Amino acid sequence: MAKKPDLLPGTLDMLILKTLTRAPLHGYGIAASIKRMSDDVLTVEEGSLYPALQRLLLQGWVKAEWKMTETNRRARYYTLTAAGRKQLGIELSQFEQMIAAIGRVLQDAQEV
Amino acid sequence: MNPVTRFVKKLSILLGRKRFSSELDEEMVFHREQAEMEFISGGMTPEAARYAAMRQFGNAARLKERSHEVVGFSMETVVQDLRFALRQLRKNPGFAATAILILALGMGVSEAIFGFVDAALLEPLPFHDPNRLMAVDENSAMFPRSNLSRADYEDWKRQNRSFSSLEVYGGTGYLLRTASGLEPVPAARVSDGFFRSLGVKPMLGRDFLPGEDLPGGRKIVLLPYGTWMKRFGGRSDVVGQSVTLSGDAYTIVGVLPREFAFGPRGIAEFWVPLLDKNGCEQRRSCHNLDGVGRLRDGVTMQAALADVTGIAAELARQYPGSNQGQGASLLPLSELIVGKVRPILLTLLGGAALLLLIACVNVASLLLVRSETRKREIAVRGALGATRVRLVRQFVTEGMLLAAAGCVAGIAVAGWMMTLLKHLVPKTMADGMPFLSGVGVNAHTGMFAAAIALLAALLMGATPVVRLSFQDIRDGLGDGGRASAGRFWRRIGANLVVVELAVAVVLLVGAGLLGKSFYLLLHVENGFDTTHLATVQVMAPDKIYSDNAKTTALYRQIKRRLLALPGVQAVGLTTDLPVQCNCDTDWIRIVGKPFHGEHNEVDERDVTPDYLPALKARLLRGRMLTEDDNASKPQVIVINEALARKYFPGEDPIGQKVGNGELDPKSVREIVGVVANVREGGLDDELWPAEYEAMFQGSDNYFAVAVRTAQDEKTVMPLMVKTLHEIDANLGTFGEITMTDQIEGTQAALLHRFSSWLVGGFAALALVLGVVGLYGVVAYSVSQRTREIGVRMAMGAQRSSVYKMVMREAGWLTTVGVGIGLVCAVGVSLLMRKLLFGVEAWDVSTLAAVAVALGGAALAASFLPARRAASVNPSDALRAE
Repeated sequence: MAKKPDLLPGTLDMLILKTLTRAPLHGYGIAASIKRMSDDVLTVEEGSLYPALQRLLLQGWVKAEWKMTETNRRARYYTLTAAGRKQLGIELSQFEQMIAAIGRVLQDAQEV
Repeated sequence: MNPVTRFVKKLSILLGRKRFSSELDEEMVFHREQAEMEFISGGMTPEAARYAAMRQFGNAARLKERSHEVVGFSMETVVQDLRFALRQLRKNPGFAATAILILALGMGVSEAIFGFVDAALLEPLPFHDPNRLMAVDENSAMFPRSNLSRADYEDWKRQNRSFSSLEVYGGTGYLLRTASGLEPVPAARVSDGFFRSLGVKPMLGRDFLPGEDLPGGRKIVLLPYGTWMKRFGGRSDVVGQSVTLSGDAYTIVGVLPREFAFGPRGIAEFWVPLLDKNGCEQRRSCHNLDGVGRLRDGVTMQAALADVTGIAAELARQYPGSNQGQGASLLPLSELIVGKVRPILLTLLGGAALLLLIACVNVASLLLVRSETRKREIAVRGALGATRVRLVRQFVTEGMLLAAAGCVAGIAVAGWMMTLLKHLVPKTMADGMPFLSGVGVNAHTGMFAAAIALLAALLMGATPVVRLSFQDIRDGLGDGGRASAGRFWRRIGANLVVVELAVAVVLLVGAGLLGKSFYLLLHVENGFDTTHLATVQVMAPDKIYSDNAKTTALYRQIKRRLLALPGVQAVGLTTDLPVQCNCDTDWIRIVGKPFHGEHNEVDERDVTPDYLPALKARLLRGRMLTEDDNASKPQVIVINEALARKYFPGEDPIGQKVGNGELDPKSVREIVGVVANVREGGLDDELWPAEYEAMFQGSDNYFAVAVRTAQDEKTVMPLMVKTLHEIDANLGTFGEITMTDQIEGTQAALLHRFSSWLVGGFAALALVLGVVGLYGVVAYSVSQRTREIGVRMAMGAQRSSVYKMVMREAGWLTTVGVGIGLVCAVGVSLLMRKLLFGVEAWDVSTLAAVAVALGGAALAASFLPARRAASVNPSDALRAE
């Protein structure tokens, strides 16, 4: 079985924040959403997801509340806060800069 | 987000820890169920789906822990570590108790000694701006520091430009009339500005006023706090009352504050102004005072010394007879008070530090053995995901916990030891060491205790950490790990034992040298029979015994009455008992020899004819003094061998005459005899030239009686004192003591006894710890090699060769440890040369004795494990794994 590529380090927080821009989601929902959106390429390990959520909560970028799901189960839903939206902007622009930089380096390498 | 709100959030989570945990649990359960449902909808059986979800989810406990780590304070994990460490220690009470006991002893001893060092050397003297206070004295060829004469003092005070105040103090004694009769009391005479200069203000009444110390002035007195409480019941109306000292009425003008203590005159019960010049003070050549000066702002000690040295030189030109060769000596006042104890305290502190080092190393190696046996536990924790940092932290936590417990117990040990040591200092010496009252558990010792606990914690935490980082944790899970780890441990453990043994050698050599010094000191040649001698000091009121006829009658009566006591063989009187000090000196000039005004300093003693025979001093030439050598005859003296050697080399001194510098006919006396040297100075002082003048030809009101007895001299003492009071109720007596007690109570003997006993105690502890450490290493190594030994024996190795193998290892460690220790010991002993008497730092017999003793003890300690190794049953050993 081919190994799925790992998440780029430092991108998990950004992915979670981005996922939450559309609608509040519970933990499982976030993981499933990232998996679906990436066409099954990116898998968020549960072992990383929950600590990451705690970190975001602590930073005040998301907030959490218990709600009922469509199937009438209690679940903790995470919502993006204003600070989180701002943070997402910062992280996105940093990420783009980095990708661009990596791209330039790789292009350069091909020309040699 | 700002750290404060984050902190508040973390805090609220910490407080609602249970809720946080249960919410996390619920969230994860939900997650797993969702995953399960997805698997089922993908076509799995519910059973298979559950397992798949669980597998995907991984270790739930570990996941939770990671979330906890995000929100938790690092404190929380510290608490976890601490709880685990406590559990570990509780599981192993023997280990915990041993470790804490060893640490408590090591730390307690260090803290106690530090308490003394702090009080004596670090705390400033309890005076105003004490760093500017100098002990000001004269000096001469024989005395690096000699007293000031009153005339010189007056000139120095007037002429110097370096001191804002220059004051003097001197000792004296009075007969105080009490309810139980006359009691001699020590007192001090001071110049009027003495207390102002120190910055001491009376707590009641007033200080001496300027001009109140002049001859002919009013008789007034200041009471120290102790006298006020003891003799006047602490009554506030004492000021203005009168107290009778040696028949004169003195008005009490004030009471000194409780914290006032002046070491050099610590025993004084009454402080009076100088007033009239006594016999000594009428001569410029008689030195009986000490100076204390406060340096002017901006004046250095060197500048002040140059200033007073210049004045002294000018006085020497002006008064060559009395002042030739008299210079000046300056010393910080603190140096005068603590100078003598500094080398001892520093030596003891060094010894205590070494003991602490041994204690820590010992506990560290105990921890090491334990870390070895906990290898599997560590490996399991590592496999379950504990990071290396976390594992390391666990060990450091355990080290810190032990250190903290040791520290607390150590403070108790220290408090107890400080009280004990303070009680061991005899009263006479304690009076001169006012800093002793500041010794105790206080902020400084507490801080010191915390500091050494921290160091100990680091050392003990570091040892297992070093071991841990050297070795892959996962090895612990495999069976093969044992042999390699054993080897590794043996290397560190062995190094630690070498350190322990080396330090033990240093302490043992130190103790051996100090002990030998002490022995030699007590067995130094004194020139007389010190046993069966009872002594007592007598003060005869000079108002009653005012001339030669009256004092001579008193001396004769004392001799007659005391000789009548049962068992008394001889009775002698002297102005100074032997083994006291090279003091009460005289400058002599030999008639008929060239003289250029030099000061030929000799000990001068006025003695009765029976005194030298009573001491059993040996007559070498001529005759002893006789009853006939009295005021009606020409003056005669007996000299000691040292005087004969120094001033009459190759001549017969008998019949020669000596006098004072001017050869005043009244001072000229003839030498009639030479005795072998009787030690007048302290045990560790040089033997000085001495002259024994005939007491019957002078008049002394202050003298000592020495009684030689046939039986135990202690039994005579009460009778002796009673008889003296029967002769005249006005005689003051004090200081009754046997000669042997007096010698053992001299400062030199006490300081040596103190240091040799304490360092000896340290060394004994070090020996035990070092040997136990060696035993531990060897025993552990044997237990680790049981299988190897079994194999060897199964292959036909003899028991004797197993013995040899184990003993060789122990012998090697001991040799290296003792070897390194001996080298270090010589170095360390060189540093404490000041404390040694009659032995060199490289004293071969001490070094050899220590090497043999420690080597023997070490081999004995390793014999037990060797025997266990040799009695291994091969088949058991092979099955053991």
